[in-house]
Amino acid sequence: MTRPVVLPALEVPPPSAGPSRARVVAVVGPPNSGKSTLFNRLTGLRQKVANFPGVTVEQHLGKLKIEDAVELDIIDLPGVYSLTPRSEDEQVTHDVLMGRMPGVPKPDTILLILDVTNLGRHLVLAAPILALGLPTLVVLNMADELERRGGDVEAETLAQRLGAPVALISAATGEGYDTVLQFLRGRIGVPRPMELLPTLSDLPRCREWAAKLGEAANYQAPAPPIWTRRLDGVFLHPVAGPLVFLVVVVAVFQTIFTAATPLMDLVDRAVGASGAWLGAVLPAGALRQLLVEGVWAGVGSVVVFLPQILLLFLFIGILEDSGYLARAALIADRTMAKVGLQGKSFIPLLSAYACAVPAILATRTIENKRDRIATILIAPFMTCSARLPVYTLIIAAFLPEKPLVGPFLGTRAAALLGLYLLGFLAAVGTARVLKSSVLQSERTPFVLEMPPYRRPTLRGLGLRLLDRAKVFLQRAGTVILGMSIALWVLAHVPLKDGAAPQIAESFAGTIGRVVEPVIAPLGFNWKIGIGLVSSLAAREVIVGTLGTIYGIEGDETGKSLQEALRHDLTPAGAVALLVFFAFAMQCMSTIAVVRRETGGWTWPIVQFTYMGVLAWVGAFVAFRVVTAFLA
Amino acid sequence: MPHTRHPATLLDLRKGEEAILDRIDLPADVSQRLMELGFLPGSRVAASFRAPGGGPRVYRVDGTEVALRSETAACLHLRPSPPEGTATSS
Ligand SMILES: Nc1nc2c(ncn2[C@@H]2O[C@H](COP(=O)(O)OP(=O)(O)OP(=O)(O)O)[C@@H](O)[C@H]2O)c(=O)[nH]1
Ligand SMILES: [Mg+2]
Repeated sequence: MTRPVVLPALEVPPPSAGPSRARVVAVVGPPNSGKSTLFNRLTGLRQKVANFPGVTVEQHLGKLKIEDAVELDIIDLPGVYSLTPRSEDEQVTHDVLMGRMPGVPKPDTILLILDVTNLGRHLVLAAPILALGLPTLVVLNMADELERRGGDVEAETLAQRLGAPVALISAATGEGYDTVLQFLRGRIGVPRPMELLPTLSDLPRCREWAAKLGEAANYQAPAPPIWTRRLDGVFLHPVAGPLVFLVVVVAVFQTIFTAATPLMDLVDRAVGASGAWLGAVLPAGALRQLLVEGVWAGVGSVVVFLPQILLLFLFIGILEDSGYLARAALIADRTMAKVGLQGKSFIPLLSAYACAVPAILATRTIENKRDRIATILIAPFMTCSARLPVYTLIIAAFLPEKPLVGPFLGTRAAALLGLYLLGFLAAVGTARVLKSSVLQSERTPFVLEMPPYRRPTLRGLGLRLLDRAKVFLQRAGTVILGMSIALWVLAHVPLKDGAAPQIAESFAGTIGRVVEPVIAPLGFNWKIGIGLVSSLAAREVIVGTLGTIYGIEGDETGKSLQEALRHDLTPAGAVALLVFFAFAMQCMSTIAVVRRETGGWTWPIVQFTYMGVLAWVGAFVAFRVVTAFLA
Repeated sequence: MPHTRHPATLLDLRKGEEAILDRIDLPADVSQRLMELGFLPGSRVAASFRAPGGGPRVYRVDGTEVALRSETAACLHLRPSPPEGTATSS
């Protein structure tokens, strides 16, 4: 059954006097109502969409071309329940709507996106939005879900009562989407309101107003989501819940090692073969050396990890799109409460498993300022995907794979799990210290809306992976490529009698030797030192750097990176290196975003120093303990 | 008041029970947020799942599900229930 396109039968205004065509369109609505989904459809962009409230935390601008070369600015905004902001992300929406956001044009038109499966409550937001007096299209989204669960609503009636055009659409499937375009072209007239807007400050009155409108429009609320209840019966079950959680986590780590290996071998072989081919066709000389030793060995050794990273992001995607993330926050709330934070902090922390930068942005949803700073400060301890190549490389080089729990958990996956746990413990431990000292605050209530479970779509997951792969390859093509070339050059100067020096005598070697005294107590030599210095730009750079160094040293002997590492590090040194990477804040982008979000250099400097000291001490202790243990 | 079991706040509701909300005894900004989420005086609230290990509980209110910590739930007072009783299971 297709629904009729909703065009309120009203006086279409004469072209001149009518609502002038939209120029700057704001997409507004309660959290998780599908704003970004519609924004993406309008602009062709790919803003993040996921099934939990608070995904979008800053404004995003896009363009929509409608007929005769007119381009509209479309602004995607964080979700709000009202126009009284209570957190940073809500403040953004407020400021943009009021035209007070620097660099963002003031919207002259509004698309108000409401979740039609929950119309009564969402319609409350229509009151303050319509009161702004801007041309507004009320978009009732999730028409597909309403229909599937047997609900109904007469959009035309609602439009007449409300005094604003209403479109019943599904942003996900595209059903009814044309009405939105028609509205933006100025083709839909505005009905005269039949109901006066309620007093905005009186929430119960607003809710009554919304209920009355719903009734008038014959709104039939959809049947409760049975599957959500069934699934919650398992995932929030006192015994089954934690058990399922554990099994899933273990399965994820095991797959990251086992399932990714064949793919990684494939990439590895492709990199190796193309490098060999280059070596064969290029004339011998500095260029060939630079390409083969510098670029191929350096960038190639990082690119190998692409399959693993994509696998990790696939799991994170399923977690976020299904709606399980909100349940995880619920389960984690007790732990978070113990260290003085709340379950809401757990959502940014979980997204920090992908990358700390979006995680730090996501803390904007935390209302309490001190809780927010504390969460920003601990987020980089969570194991981000840039650590993954470093961890797997070292683990695979030093730890033989043996089954621990049958085929379900091997030694390597267990070690990786342990490192993730180590990062998490450092995070909550630090939170505890912060929350009981400098960032002490009253306990803030934990209030979190639980989204219904949704089936992650192949398209949605596919697009995520595609975007991820792009980001990863871009980094490989810029930061890592740049560092590899720079390093190769630094390793070949100053020339000695017209020939390249031994690496140890080169500039690169000098850098390594300068830091060596500091890191020698941790069991690292000067080559690891060069890696550590270069990894200040980004963690995975160390893999590329070591690839380049060993590529230069290798002289066609074809020693693998793993073998070379075993030659340079003792097992105790390897453990120390892992601990160092678990704790240290080696990421320029994170430092930059912390400065931006905390509004100054104080916190990023404190954070960098604290994490650096912790990394050194942690690595030192690990080195000593493991050395003693193995002796 | 009779001495039968009589939930006074949301915290006293067992899973599956529902009751009418009377008032919210919390600072203005928090109660405002709760009201925006549907916890309006006079609305029907049902207790649902609780996070394992005594974590927050999920409440069904106004067509949605919202998780609250016990300490918060204890501040949402219920209307003394009319004769038909407190418990209706779903
Ligand atoms: N069934 C269905 N699901 C939809 C529809 N539109 C969006 N969704 C899903 O709803 C969830 C939320 O979508 P988003 O676009 O991220 O919502 P948002 O309003 O931008 O959310 P915030 O940024 O958190 O405020 C995602 O899981 C979407 O896939 C729709 O029309 N039908
Ligand atoms: Mg969004």
